[in-house]
Formats: sequence, structure tokens, C-alpha cells
Amino acid sequence: MDNQNNTLLEMKSIRKDFFGNQVLTDINLSLREGEVLGLVGENGAGKSTLMKILFGATDITETGGYDGEIFLNGEKVSFTTPFDAIAAGIGMVHQEFSLIPGFEATENILLNREPKKTNVIAEIFGERLDQLNRSEMEEKAAQAIEKMGVKIDQRMRISEMPVGHKQFTEIARELSKDQLKLLILDEPTAVLTEKEAEALLDSIRGMSARGIAVIFITHRLQEILSVCNTVAVMRDGVLVETVPAKDTNVTEITKWMVGRTVEETAASTDVHTDEHQNTILKIEHLWVDMPGETVRDVNLEVKEGEILGIGGLAGQGKLGIPNGIMGLYNAGGQVTFEGREIPLNSPRKCLDSAFAFVSEDRRGVGLLLDESLEWNVAFPAMQIQNKYLKRYAGGLIKWRDEAAIRAVTEKYIDELQIRCTSSKQNAKELSGGNQQKVCLAKAFALEPKMLFVSEPTRGIDVGAKALVLDALKKFNRESGVTVVMVSSELEELRRTCDRIAIVSGGRIAGILPASSSVEELGALMLSQVV
Amino acid sequence: MKEKLQAFFKSFGLPRLIIAGFLLLLLILAPFVGADLPTQISNIINRFSWNGILVLAMVPMVHSGCGLNFGLPLGIISGLLGATLSIELGFTGRLSFFAAILIATPFALILGAGYGFLLNKIKGGEMMIATYVGFSSVSFMCMMWLLLPYHSPNMVWGYAGKGLRTTISLEGYYNQALAGILPIKIGNILIPTGTLLFFALLAFGIWAFLHTKTGTAMTAVGSNPAFARAAGINVDGIRLLSVVMSTWLAAVGILVYEQGFGFIQLYMAPFYMALPAVSAILIGGASVNKASIVNVIVGTILFQGIVTMTPTVMNNAIHMDMSEIIRIIASMGMILFALTRKTEATR
Repeated sequence: MDNQNNTLLEMKSIRKDFFGNQVLTDINLSLREGEVLGLVGENGAGKSTLMKILFGATDITETGGYDGEIFLNGEKVSFTTPFDAIAAGIGMVHQEFSLIPGFEATENILLNREPKKTNVIAEIFGERLDQLNRSEMEEKAAQAIEKMGVKIDQRMRISEMPVGHKQFTEIARELSKDQLKLLILDEPTAVLTEKEAEALLDSIRGMSARGIAVIFITHRLQEILSVCNTVAVMRDGVLVETVPAKDTNVTEITKWMVGRTVEETAASTDVHTDEHQNTILKIEHLWVDMPGETVRDVNLEVKEGEILGIGGLAGQGKLGIPNGIMGLYNAGGQVTFEGREIPLNSPRKCLDSAFAFVSEDRRGVGLLLDESLEWNVAFPAMQIQNKYLKRYAGGLIKWRDEAAIRAVTEKYIDELQIRCTSSKQNAKELSGGNQQKVCLAKAFALEPKMLFVSEPTRGIDVGAKALVLDALKKFNRESGVTVVMVSSELEELRRTCDRIAIVSGGRIAGILPASSSVEELGALMLSQVV
Repeated sequence: MKEKLQAFFKSFGLPRLIIAGFLLLLLILAPFVGADLPTQISNIINRFSWNGILVLAMVPMVHSGCGLNFGLPLGIISGLLGATLSIELGFTGRLSFFAAILIATPFALILGAGYGFLLNKIKGGEMMIATYVGFSSVSFMCMMWLLLPYHSPNMVWGYAGKGLRTTISLEGYYNQALAGILPIKIGNILIPTGTLLFFALLAFGIWAFLHTKTGTAMTAVGSNPAFARAAGINVDGIRLLSVVMSTWLAAVGILVYEQGFGFIQLYMAPFYMALPAVSAILIGGASVNKASIVNVIVGTILFQGIVTMTPTVMNNAIHMDMSEIIRIIASMGMILFALTRKTEATR
């Protein structure tokens, strides 16, 4: 590619924090006209936040803006709304579609920018009553589609289109804007078939040849290597590497993405590696229909008394596994526990079989926010196992035993160091970390044989993280409870688990001992990405 | 001390303080404009005893997250069927009251179950659908009251010999059936002890139910259905149970109302019963998914107090009979106020 092109975009020492939580640190990035930049990084590395800053997304301005400077064509810019960004020639295609399902492709492509014909009524009452110039619209849309280089039917309604074509309609909409100079594509190939993805890559090359710069975010590293001029790797809010794509390879990028400094990646020291342990839970051909986390065909054996970690990128189905087994989403396949088959799609049956689940959706599923800690901790055990109840009239009346409930809650407040004013405090008043501890206490109170923990450290601070993980490990080692822990943080899995299964594309890509290197695990994570 | 007082005011809530203050003002004004205070107080107590159970009927559905029971007329219709059938079957005196409850029960259970089944299909829009269930059931029964083959001469239109009258006197049947038990008379104040005890009994029943395992599950379902489901609770089953309970309480509630009022009111009358009950519990401090017995008692006293006192005091003050207009303005104003005060749960 021609390196003599002018610099189009420069971002200088961009910093951003959300309420004191630093998410971007000193990002420096520059982009020439017609350059294709591949932006990669794990979920939560800060890619989206960076793009939002560039695109002037309102959630950035509402949370106090950002530090640093952005130059577009040598001029300093600071967008407060996406409209400013669009006017300046930046286009963005988001992961979620923003199209009107009942409209045709043409109408969507030119929405609110339609060429118009005036008429008598509009002369009198103003341009809001202008008519659409259909023939010119068709022409303009056709031009945009041609620019893109992928054939789609511009007369087709969005609701009738295959997913890939919807994605292309979005791209065509951006291309139809004459002022477009920079196009941001946020994981555009995630929903495309292989062939469509190939077509998209061709179209990116075409745009680049026309002088439009592209920032391309994806998890598929091969695509990056084949289409981009430059690869930028982000990790924990820092831009760790920016290299020409031709000088690097998949292994190297993976290492940059996941590899924290090797010193702190000390894996769990006390690992159970007894090969003769019994299989306690056997999962065969499990599929789960969880939106955004589809599980396609999972086969997995969990050994008695171990902590099995399940890792993988977001959207690959790792969260679907525990949610599906616990009956919270529609699932199929076979799950055998201690030789007995567990019926799926029934939370009650799972709980009766001595399973417990700590959901990743703490506020939505995990807690009764408006109730006291006592209720939160004791409720499932009371309902499933008839604990903390006083019986009257020969068991006919099952009365809540407030004293027993308080006792068990206080026991766990002590054990897990939950910071609260009293066991009567409402769950919503606690901080994220303490809420997570309450969720754990709730599961521990069930005294399960098998515990599923999903994203136990999501959104909580470092100190609370360590406490939560230690509590889990202690619970496993002391009570012999088998634990399956799902997490997107490899570090945390390596620290806590005995074995780590990596999910990719809704399937188990491989199972490795916790002592494996991040590179090996990272390679598995990307192996079957769909 | 000051902090304690502040905490008390905070928990009691500003809307209740304002309304209680206004009610107090009316009570103070009453003697000055020539209204008899003891009569007024006994009026408030009476109306509380008539309406208490109808307001109590809100509690189960609020707890299970079905929202405020705007479909109260459905339960009231079950009660009216019980009342008319009890008279038709020839029960008289106090017995006819208990017979009416007994006969109303199967209707309440069946209608409540159907209503609950419907509400489970439209989660999230319960209150709107409930309103229409109430309205349409009232309209349907307007036809049925005419068509059902009732024969008791005390109830049917005199000239045609068929079709129920709009208002049926309970003289000789269960007029004052509960109020007549152990009444206490202090000067001009008459306390309907029986009715109050009956309310207390049902209120205690609900309070106790909410302390049982199933009651706890009901509260949890209302607080966070996703949590309850993940804890193995049959969310739809619990919601259905709450709707049936609400409907049955409404049926009993209207019978208690009638025994105090002395008349059965048919046709469009059930139409106007839901909103005052909803307002009363909201004024009492309940939110869309939290309600306690205290909310019921406080709310009913405040609401009924304002609705009875405002017209009396105003009438006496301006020497003109505007009671009906003022009553409507006051009660509708209260409803509006209550609905703006409603709070929802954290999500």
C-alpha cells in the first residue's frame, strides 16, 4: 500500500476512566488515508471504549468525557455526539444492527438523507412535506452497493434478508455518505458465513483503494493478517503493540493479547492432578439456546472434587453451559450426574440433585435487590431443602424461622467478610463485590455437591476478587464440592482451577491443565471462533 | 431523639404526612362549621370496616408482582353471585351472610384461576389487562343479572317478575350481620366490633401466610421473578395462587361492605370499587410490588377519612349541598395523587 498518503487521524495520549476505574491509558494511534487498521484485544481490553470516544458516543460525554487529543486531517476535534462525528466523515457499523426491519435496503441505506422532489404543498408548508425521489434513491443506493463491491438486492426488505446481507446494508449505508473518510467496523464478520466474510474483506480492500481508512475490529486474526496494513493490539486499556501486519503472525498476536507479564502468571500451586478421580458429571452433546452465548455441541467430563475452569471469548458459548444445565435457557443433550441422568429445562430438578448456581447476572438473576441479606442467603435453601422452617399443625404450616435465618446469614457474613450494616440490610445497598459474596453465600447455604459459578469476579474490584476466588477454592478444598467456574479471565482461571476447558464456537476446543501457558490457552480460544 | 423522629417521618413518608395533616385539619374544622365530630368519627370507623377487606385484597397480587389488582370487580362479581344466590336459596338472617361467603367461594376460585391464567400470559402488562378484565366482566354481568333465572320477590323487578333490581335491600337478610356482633357505643360513637374483628382475622391470615414458605416464595416472585425461577420456584403457579387469593378476598370484601351498607348494588356498581381500593393501598405507602398490612390499615383510614370528611365539612361551611360533587373531586383527586406517588422496585 502507498505509504506516502497523508495522515488522516491522530489520537494522542487518550485516557478514559469510568468513575475512577481506569479503562484506557495513554493510547496513541495514527491512521493514514486508505489505511486499514486491525484492532484486536480480549473482551474488556478497551477497544469499544476507544472507538466510542472517536465516534462521540453519548455515554462517553455523560461519564465525564476523556483526556487527550484527537486530530482529524490535522485539525483538533472533539465530538460530543455521533452526529458531529458523522458530519466530520466518520462512519461506524456496530455489532448490533440499527436497521428498520420493515423497510427495503434502499430506504435503509438513505434513511433521512433521501433525495427529494418538491411539490406545491411543500412550497407552502415547508420542506417536511417534500416527496421522495424514488428513482434517484435507487440510483444512489446502487452506487453505494457498487462501491462496496458485494451484490445485495436493494429492493429486499431487511426483515427478509439473511444476517450477512443486513451487515452489508449497514456498510452500504455508511458508504453512501459522500463525506466518509474513516469507517469503523466493530466485529462485522462475527455474523457472516465464510464466503460472505471473504466478500467483506474484498470490499474493505476496495474501500482502502478509494482512500477510505478502515478500523477493523475482529477476533478472527487470520482476517486481520489478510486485509490490514497495521495491527494494533490492546490489553487492559493499554495499546501494547502496533506493528505492520506483514511483520507478525497469529501466535505473536495471541501472545500480546492474553500474555500479561510472565512473572505474575504463576499458576495455581496446589493442583489436583489425580488421574484416577471418578467422573462425577458427564455432559454429552449439550446445546443451549442462550441469546449471544449459543452452545452448539459440548462434551465434557467433570471429575469429582476438582475445580474445572471454563474459559473462552465472549459470545462463544461459555456462559451458555452452566445456564443451560441449570435450566435457565432452553437446552438439549444429556447430562449425567453420579450415574443418574439430570432432566434439562427444569431449574427445580437440578437444585433437587444438589446442584447450585451462581449466575453471572448478579442483579438480574442472582439477588433479591429489594430484600434483606437474610432473605437472599436463605431463600433457595428454604424453598428447595425446607431448611430454616418451623413446622406447625403436623407440617401443614411451614413457618419462616427468622432466628435460624439470621444465624446462617451471620455465619456467612463472618466467613466471607461481607461488609454490611446488618443482616437486615437490603442487598441493593451493597457494593458489587459484597453482592457477589452474598450470591456465593446463597449457593453455599444449599450445601451442594456440584457448584456452577459464572463470571464470579465480573465488575468487582481487585481486593474483592481475591476474596471471592479464595472463598471458592476454600469451599472446594474443605467440603470436597466439585466446582465448575466459568470466567473470561484466563489469569483467574489459571490461579483457581485444576483444569481449564476452553470453549470456542459453542464447542469445547480443548482441555488443558491449569499450568499451561497463556499462549496455549489463547490459541485454543481463537481456534474455532465463529 | 431528633434522629429517631426523622427516621420515623422518613419511614412514614411525606405523602402520608400531608394527607394525615389534611385529615387532622378537617377534624379540627368540623365542630366550627357545625358538623358533629363524634358522628364523623364513627362514620370514618364504619367506612374503614366496610372497605378494609377490599383493600386487603390488593396485597397478595402486589406481593407476587402482578401489580395492583385493577381487576377487583371480578372478585366482587363472585361475591355478588354468592349474595344473590344465598338469598335466592332462602337463607335469612346472619346465616345468609356465611352462606353467601360459602357460595361465592367456588365462583371466586374458578374466575380467579382463569384471570390468573390470563395474567400469566401477559407478564409486564398486568395492570392494564386487569383493568379491562374488570370492565368487561362488569359489562357481561350487566346482561346476566337480567337474564339469570332469579325468582326471589325481594330481588327481582316488581313489574316483570324477572331480572334483578339495581339495588337490593338486605333487611331481613344479612344487614349488619357482622357489625351487629358486640357493638360498642361510646357517646355518639358506634364501633362495629364484629366487622373490625372479621377484618383483623383476615388481615392476620394474610400476614401469617406471608410468613410461611409459600408466602415467602410469593414475595420473592414479586421482588425478582428471575431469581425465584433460578431458585426452583414455579413462578406461574405462585402468581396464579396470588390472583385466586386476591379474587376471593374481593368476594368476601364486597359481602362485608354490603352487610355494613345494608344493600346489594348490582350492574355498574362493581365498576367503581377498584380505583378507591387501589388508591387506598397506595396512599398507605405500598409500592407496585411491596405492600404490608400496615399499608392497608393506614391507607384505608386516610382515604376513607378524607372522602367522608371533605364533603361534610365543605357542605357545612358553604351551606349548599354539593356533597356528591365534592366527594367525586376529593376521591378522584386522591386517586390521582396516589398514582403519582407509586414507586417501583429496583431492577
